[in-house]
Amino acid sequence: MTPPLPAPLDLPLPLPADPLVLEIAVVFLFLVHILFVALMVGGSLLTLVYEVRGRRDPDLDHLAHEIASTVTVNKSLAVVLGVGPLLVMNALYTVFFYSANALTGIAWMAIVPLVAVAFLLTYAHKYTWELLAERKGLHIALGASGTALFLLVPLVFLANVNLMLFPERWAGVHGFLSTLILPNVLPRYLHFLVASVAVTALFLAGYFGRRGFPAEEVFSSLDRVALRREMASVALGASALQLLAGPLLLFTLPPQGLSWGLILNILVGAGLAVGAMWLLWLESTVPAPALGLRYVTACCLLTGTVIFMAWGRHLYREEAVEPHRRAMAERTELHRIAVEGAQMRAAAGTLRLGPQEAVMSPGERTYRSICAGCHARDTRLVGPPLTEIALAYPGDPAGIAAWTRAPGRKRMDYPEMPPIKLTDEQYRAVAEWVLEVGSGT
Amino acid sequence: MDFPVFHLDFFGNRLLIAVIAVFHVFVNHPLAVGAMPLITALEWWGMRKADERWDRLAYRILLVCFILTTSVGALSGVGIWLSTSLVNPAAIGSLIRVFFWAWFAEWIVFVLEVVLIMVYFLTWKRMRDRKGAHVAIGVALSLFSWLTMAIITAILGFMMAPGSWLAAQSFLSGVFNPIYLPQLAFRTPLAMVTAATFAMFLVFFFTRRDGELRRGAVRFVSLWTLAWLPLAAVGSLWYWRVVPDWMRANVPVALTTQDFTRWHGLVAWSLATMVGVLLLTSLLGTVRPTWVPRALLVVPFVVSLATLAYFERAREFIRKPYVIGSYMYANGIREVDYPLLQEEGVLAHAAYVSVRTVEPANRVEAGREVFRVACTRCHTTTGVNGVVRRLTRLYGAGAWDRDTVKAYLSSMHTARPFMPPAPGSDVELGALADYLLNLQGQPLALEGAQVAGVTLTPAATAAVAAP
Repeated sequence: MTPPLPAPLDLPLPLPADPLVLEIAVVFLFLVHILFVALMVGGSLLTLVYEVRGRRDPDLDHLAHEIASTVTVNKSLAVVLGVGPLLVMNALYTVFFYSANALTGIAWMAIVPLVAVAFLLTYAHKYTWELLAERKGLHIALGASGTALFLLVPLVFLANVNLMLFPERWAGVHGFLSTLILPNVLPRYLHFLVASVAVTALFLAGYFGRRGFPAEEVFSSLDRVALRREMASVALGASALQLLAGPLLLFTLPPQGLSWGLILNILVGAGLAVGAMWLLWLESTVPAPALGLRYVTACCLLTGTVIFMAWGRHLYREEAVEPHRRAMAERTELHRIAVEGAQMRAAAGTLRLGPQEAVMSPGERTYRSICAGCHARDTRLVGPPLTEIALAYPGDPAGIAAWTRAPGRKRMDYPEMPPIKLTDEQYRAVAEWVLEVGSGT
Repeated sequence: MDFPVFHLDFFGNRLLIAVIAVFHVFVNHPLAVGAMPLITALEWWGMRKADERWDRLAYRILLVCFILTTSVGALSGVGIWLSTSLVNPAAIGSLIRVFFWAWFAEWIVFVLEVVLIMVYFLTWKRMRDRKGAHVAIGVALSLFSWLTMAIITAILGFMMAPGSWLAAQSFLSGVFNPIYLPQLAFRTPLAMVTAATFAMFLVFFFTRRDGELRRGAVRFVSLWTLAWLPLAAVGSLWYWRVVPDWMRANVPVALTTQDFTRWHGLVAWSLATMVGVLLLTSLLGTVRPTWVPRALLVVPFVVSLATLAYFERAREFIRKPYVIGSYMYANGIREVDYPLLQEEGVLAHAAYVSVRTVEPANRVEAGREVFRVACTRCHTTTGVNGVVRRLTRLYGAGAWDRDTVKAYLSSMHTARPFMPPAPGSDVELGALADYLLNLQGQPLALEGAQVAGVTLTPAATAAVAAP
């Protein structure tokens, strides 16, 4: 694929570390971030579902409340842990990433107020649980609006990290919405949402199933085993759905980043996931009396899945960006040489200036390039107009030249004029020109 | 030059950054950096007096700070970053390349700060029997809140005065730039003082009038202010004296010096007002806590926020015309690129412009593209800091003279040293003048890449050919 001309220049400063270090950092830091994002998104979705179902069954309302209290912690970690990988992305994919950001600028900027409002809604939802117990509809609406915002924000990020991979598509983009119709964006989003529910349910199975969790104090009929079973079956269902969403994503990926390395990573990851699903099946049908090896193994297998998928995704990114990066590096190097050449010519006073528009007298050229910032013909700018100057120095260009060489302050309502350094010839020429124009001849 | 140009043609890009940045400082300084030590002190006082009511008051203040800092505070911090990367990607990208590890360290500290505030807040009731340990968490949290500010201040200081970095291009030489320590010495006590003005609000909200607790808490917070106020005065004086030295060394031009003297005087006044108002209210609060009327509390709070905002504004102003002192101009173009651009033009070198060369038939369009690349980081067409209004102020409302406008473009940086020199070739400046004149008659807004997208125009031969 030939990259479109012209390739932008890279920033002419070295990367802060070896690229491989940054690549590994971005993949793993991002995984930690996305884990908490998933817990935030999946957690608020599950809170919503259980709170709605809780209108008939008080235990499910308690369950929703319990999940909600994990969301407020996880959402803070999601944001703060996102800063690190974002920083590495900025350093490693500077031109690609910032270009995608600019093209989706409004939505990109809107992330900030949207997330802030979502957080405030989440706090309001959590802290008014008892207060609004009698007005459940309102309370659910509060949670639902926070959830809606949590669902929107990942789409903006996703559109950006996707768009940055395809510089050849940039010319067709007009704002955020148009980036959503790139073929793989919506399958990718679906894949993310389903994964969020799976990860959250898996986490909650451990959270509620842990020995110290006081289930009998919170629930009337649900116990730890029942909670674990419920969460394990949600995790299983979501993971099974990924068997559909995953291939859909793979087959809608634009071909430029595909490689056998990616396919291998996906297959290994999917294989591990199938193993984990078998364990989740057991967990939801014949739950062990206590949280144990089976749960831990399922978590480990799925962690493996996520790592393989993430590395595969990185391979895709590198593959897609590579030809553009090469073109960019070549042009950046040529530019560096051209800049050095021009620097030397500038120092030697031999700049290869192109055609100059108007031919002016030496006096006028000096006036226009140096004096005109502060003086005009007949209006006051920073300094007095030429007409006044001509009146002050009738027929005395040497007087103007002398003043220009060593000015001071003549009138208190004007600022002091700075000394202007010119050649003797320029002083004379500009003084004559000022006098000529100022006296209207 | 190398990024699609994000542009807000009404509000202006600078205003976007300014609003978010000032908002962030308004939340960060009073509610995090200053509030955490104050809350810890309140909790410790309650522990010493074995008085549950003090503990409850400290917890309530923390609840407000917790909710606001972990939502709007954290997000507006991210917002500064997102907005700067939209408005000047070349600048923020360069800063990240140089300061990556400083930012990385700041991130680690930030993570710890957020973890600590959650631990501190969520374990408040659970650790009732281990108050001493809980106060220790508060101390650690205060330390980390301050550290994040201390690290980011290094980067801010660097943008104003890169010091020896320009020669050495090393990380440490960038961090220990001449403005760093004075700025930190000013920000730290200011954060403490603003935190007290905010806490005073909450004290009035959370305590009963005429209660013993109200009197004690007002006195406590007033004493806190009195303790930090001298340091704030000393820190601001130091900063106030360092800045003009740097200014005079870098921009020795009469006109700027005059502008500078004017606002420098204003800064002195606003500082003196802030210190005076805070001194009076906190003296009153210490001696006669019951006499402090609720309405009076608004004054020190507003005054200290205004001082904070004014300092941020001043800090931004004095680094002009550069965005990274002596390295990159505010338009995102490096100083060393200028001679080449003067020879070959910005249109030949910018990544996304609709024309590459100035022709008689495309003068206005070419001028618009030059404007987009060279001017829009600071100027709009007719909105905030719009060029039409600027030129009208210079040349009146009548039809402008093209040659005068063009000559002005080529020399404005000598008369207005906060402006970068106009980059580009002579014919491009002519085209820019044509565009500006056209804009005077036909004030069409200029849409940024976030709406209009970008055009890919094949590179002019000059730009891709080897030299």
